[in-house]
Amino acid sequence: MTALENSPLLFVLAGLAGSLFVASIIGLVLRACLAGGRTNPVIINLNARINAWWVMVLILALAFCIGDTAVVLLFAFISFQALREYISVTYTRRGDYRVLLWCFFFFLPLQYGLIGINWYGLFSILIPVYAFLLLPISSTLGADTTRFLERAAKVQWGLMICVYCLSHVPALLSLNIPGFTGRNSQLIVFLLLTVQSSDVFQYVWGKLLGRRKLVPEISPSKTLEGLIGGVLTSTAVGAALWWVTPFTWWQAALIALTVNILGFFGGLVLSAIKRDRGIKDWGHMIEGHGGMLDRVDSISFSAPIFFHIVRYWWT
Amino acid sequence: MLEKALASVFCIASRILTGARATWRGTQPEARARVYYANHRSHGDFILIWAILPPALRAVTRPIAAADYWLAGSFRRYLIERVFRGVLINRHVEHGDDPIGAMHGPLEAGESLIVFPEGTRNQGDGILPFKPGIHHLAKKRPETEFVPVWIENLGRALPKGGILVVPLLCTVTIGEPVTLEPGEPRADFIDRCRNALLALEPAE
Repeated sequence: MTALENSPLLFVLAGLAGSLFVASIIGLVLRACLAGGRTNPVIINLNARINAWWVMVLILALAFCIGDTAVVLLFAFISFQALREYISVTYTRRGDYRVLLWCFFFFLPLQYGLIGINWYGLFSILIPVYAFLLLPISSTLGADTTRFLERAAKVQWGLMICVYCLSHVPALLSLNIPGFTGRNSQLIVFLLLTVQSSDVFQYVWGKLLGRRKLVPEISPSKTLEGLIGGVLTSTAVGAALWWVTPFTWWQAALIALTVNILGFFGGLVLSAIKRDRGIKDWGHMIEGHGGMLDRVDSISFSAPIFFHIVRYWWT
Repeated sequence: MLEKALASVFCIASRILTGARATWRGTQPEARARVYYANHRSHGDFILIWAILPPALRAVTRPIAAADYWLAGSFRRYLIERVFRGVLINRHVEHGDDPIGAMHGPLEAGESLIVFPEGTRNQGDGILPFKPGIHHLAKKRPETEFVPVWIENLGRALPKGGILVVPLLCTVTIGEPVTLEPGEPRADFIDRCRNALLALEPAE
């Protein structure tokens, strides 16, 4: 059965389209009415971001329409692109060639395959246990000890963030929640909407009120005002979405707050890596946003925790 | 016709596999006889440079290729002669060979070349010492611009001995051209070329 037969998702989608419509209007008005709006980089970037949101929401909606397999495949692709961006700026040597092939062509597809067939016992340990032990073995066969531990650690870390953590989004489909059968995709909508709206509202509040920079050494655009305003607003969004979840309104609010805070720190951690590598964005795939990893860093940090909260208390 | 279609297939495939992005940092694409010289870590290097050039320039830019490798089979021979329009030179120069002469002809005809002055694929970091060939070429044709091209990540995506491509994002950075100064000694010219290329390497 397809998810959109459930009216709650149609409601949410309509609400999203409405919000994006309003955002697009605001963007166009700012461009037309503000002095120099057409050349102002912030306005140009704002409009590019809004346009990209339309595309991303449409792709997600399409995946939900087609069904669970499409959602798993979509996130496999997102992981693939994120890992690609991560490894592209990470130091590896000739001896890691096989390791990289294993990551992209074995562990990534296997992780999502296991999620597709619902094998929790293996997908939850595939990368933390098997990849963790097998990849350095493959690396030693390259017979190159230069910066060995650093190379092994970085590849493992990338695999954890880009593949293991992100794969917990489609893994939500496999949870067996009493009284919620067939509606698991709504959990994905709840998670994505809460965490991504937190990013958006942090951006909006930061641009409107932001004064006190939080950690300028890591991310010059993150402000205290943006953080508080963004997290509170999207926690309210999460609470308001309680009816698509198995949670009560206050549980939804608490969970939303948790994933928003995790998402914020996810963005901060990945920014710290970018700063250290001397790059501004992870890539160029999404116009106005940067790379795939720039867009999903917050999801990567919140998805596994969200998954385990739901799994522990609701199944 | 078929050659052009095959060339497009190679270019599109290499751009999709590597997400290749070109940054023209020290110069712009110009239709003039130039020598693009690049760091060499992968057998895909020349295709990637070729792929990021604007199509009009690609049609008049020819890779220098090793005759012994490319003439070893009829399909290879077809690819290098008809599709990539490579300039074949003998790696093990024998008496009577004139590799520099073979490169000189296309330049005189207004075509550009792609060369790898390290002479072999580098399996480590940085770049190897340059062979003196580019200096011979510059002496013979002093007005030629030598354009440094840094290829990042292709050596990791498809290293020597590799068959499968790791889908890394590759970048190609094109730097400021170097020309031979009147009376400049060989070592100085080669050093300048080498440094101009190293200057394009992203910070580690």
